[in-house]
Amino acid sequence: MSAIYILWLRELKRYTRSRAQIVASLGQPLLYLLALGFGLGPVFQRAGNGSYLQFMAPGVIGMSVLFSSIFSGLGLLWDRQFGFLKETLVAPVSRLQIMIGRTLGGATVAVIQGMLVMVICLIAGFRPAHLWAIPLALGFMVLIALLFAALGMAIGSGLQDMQGFQLIMNFLVMPIYFLSGALFPLKNQGVVMKYVTHADPLAYGIDGMRNVLGSPLAAFDTRLDLLVLVLVGCVLLAFGAYRFHKIEI
Amino acid sequence: MIRVRNLVKSFGSFTAVNDVSFEVPAGEIFAFLGPNGAGKTTTIKMLTTLLAPTSGSIELDGLDPLRQKNEARKRFGIVFQDPSLDGDLTAAENMEIHGVLYHVPSKLRKQRTEELLKLFELWDRRGDQVKKFSGGMKRRLEIARGFLHTPRILFLDEPTLGLDPQSRNQLWTHVKRVNEAENVTVFLTTHYMDEADRVAHRVGIIDHGKLVTQGTPAEIKQQTESESLEDAFLKLTGSTIRDEGADPAAQMRQFAKMWGGKR
Repeated sequence: MSAIYILWLRELKRYTRSRAQIVASLGQPLLYLLALGFGLGPVFQRAGNGSYLQFMAPGVIGMSVLFSSIFSGLGLLWDRQFGFLKETLVAPVSRLQIMIGRTLGGATVAVIQGMLVMVICLIAGFRPAHLWAIPLALGFMVLIALLFAALGMAIGSGLQDMQGFQLIMNFLVMPIYFLSGALFPLKNQGVVMKYVTHADPLAYGIDGMRNVLGSPLAAFDTRLDLLVLVLVGCVLLAFGAYRFHKIEI
Repeated sequence: MIRVRNLVKSFGSFTAVNDVSFEVPAGEIFAFLGPNGAGKTTTIKMLTTLLAPTSGSIELDGLDPLRQKNEARKRFGIVFQDPSLDGDLTAAENMEIHGVLYHVPSKLRKQRTEELLKLFELWDRRGDQVKKFSGGMKRRLEIARGFLHTPRILFLDEPTLGLDPQSRNQLWTHVKRVNEAENVTVFLTTHYMDEADRVAHRVGIIDHGKLVTQGTPAEIKQQTESESLEDAFLKLTGSTIRDEGADPAAQMRQFAKMWGGKR
């Protein structure tokens, strides 16, 4: 237990010490929120769908949680060649404990990041349906963070170089984001788009937040969102643990 | 303390370590020498439970590192070729994590941390982030960390790589001191033959995965009729240059250099 705790604490300390990085990682969601939120707002409104900011705020929160959690796992690549990973792998601690500590740490950082973006959204004019909707949305953030931290761990365990990192970024992380319905409603899409978006776990996370926060145009039932996130999350945690177990230095 | 018998490791058709046997008694400093790609690091990885041998047996303090992994891991400390510190954390925090991972009780952990950081002349900088340390300081911290859980054996994989003569000298003085004070067995690899000559009680030379010779530095010099260990080494291993293929780790190392060693 103490091993899990100290590795979790390490992730947190690293996060709080890189202030420049915190600010930098808020830049992208902020850009989406301001440029798209205000830029596309009038069009969205004219289409009769209400406030675009209300619609996309959960999407931008989901995006920051996705990026932050998946990067924590991909950071294994760096940590593996020169870092600290070897130190933990020769310690008399099981790999499962190391993986859990790192994943929980990465997920915690991602949730903090998501909350910061939530605050920015509130300042920008986003209004949740009720005040108690915020803790519920927080619950969804936790699920999204755990799911993608585990996925990042699974991928990071096999990454060998920086080129691989770019591939993952362009062919996995960005599509997960763009196809999640963070920026557009998932309702009334064509058949192909419907299947693709329904296969994206982030779609359920963002949709869940829309449901609890009372944003317009949620696509699924809250219970379905929850069920998918928990199931996929468990599968990915097991997969991540398995892949981490297989790492050879 | 370390007993290796007929150790073999093959990667596909390539045999990195081929039928290597040696013994290192308790309290000895043993230098494992060889050109690039001779099988030094592969051997260390097998000794430290990171890699499973293809065949042969290893005993560390009477334990089989394959079957009693965690027990064996508590008995040794290791300093890797690449730094394995967390640059964002302070020296004391790096020590703390190590202590927790090795189940060192909190009181003893604090006491040993203070002793070791003082011995390695890092106590005054314990609250500084490691990324602000020089190469020599990082190395010293890593070695101090390796000693934290009072291991019976310390593995050092090219610990002086890239250090200036002053730092190298100082580092070996410290290692020798702990070796004598705590009777720790030290197993090291290095490319600097003069270091091996000065520090090691016994030396083993490996080439193309095979152990070419072993003995005290004096014995090896006598055996090859050489003036220095370096001459003896060149006589035994030839003077052809071994070019290693660029592996991902080497590429990453280059990348890290380019970005100014973020950690």
